[in-house]
Amino acid sequence: MNQPVERETADTVELRIPCRAEWVALARLAVAAVANRLQLTIEEIEDAKLAVAEACTAIIQQEKHGETLALTCETTPVSLRLHVRDTGVHDLRAGAAPAMDYDEARVVGLGVFLIRTLMDEVSYDQHPERGTDIVMVKRIHH
Amino acid sequence: MDIKVNVRESEGDCYVVDLSGEIDVYTSPKVKDAIGDLIDRGVYNLVINLEKVRYIDSTGLGVLIGGLKRVREHGGTVNLVCTNPQIKKIFDITGLVKIFGIFEDEDAAMKALV
Repeated sequence: MNQPVERETADTVELRIPCRAEWVALARLAVAAVANRLQLTIEEIEDAKLAVAEACTAIIQQEKHGETLALTCETTPVSLRLHVRDTGVHDLRAGAAPAMDYDEARVVGLGVFLIRTLMDEVSYDQHPERGTDIVMVKRIHH
Repeated sequence: MDIKVNVRESEGDCYVVDLSGEIDVYTSPKVKDAIGDLIDRGVYNLVINLEKVRYIDSTGLGVLIGGLKRVREHGGTVNLVCTNPQIKKIFDITGLVKIFGIFEDEDAAMKALV
């Protein structure tokens, strides 16, 4: 089951889940399974799981999120590219570092900070019609 | 996926909260309630044992930070027991190692409280 991916072309795995907290664990599991196929290290797999979960959580915690979250995992020989999308339009771009003064309310940027720290590339696309798309890339170094 | 929470009294006025499982946006309210209940009862010195926690995200960290803030208002503190390298890494990169006392075992975490 866990044979490494040795193709030169990209493979795509898609998952759609209800935009609710109880489904985030499924997104994590899916990413872990895909990342495992790429023979990422355990640490890199955990990074990707957390980044995707933080992206899902950031959207779920928005007041006007869509009904569905779409996760797309694109595998190439050199990278794992993860998209998390919903139909709502949110401003998820936080500063480079979370504001932390022991106040729970001020660690809102912590999730986005983790995504930026754990992944090699992160970008956000917000469009009034398409919604919000968070793109995260983990490069494969071996 | 779930989180198991077990609260037990230890030496003095200290309590230990054993957590087991995954702490995320779905399960963190259960952890928040357990810690909040203790603080509401006047328990301000806590050891939270994360040895059996396989995963924690920003919502879990937020719950721990919120608990620490509340007990510090009463002169108390929260020490963590954490041996999972991936979870320790999250505390490292977020700078939370400077805010929490993080220990390799429960005895050390407890001794640092009293």
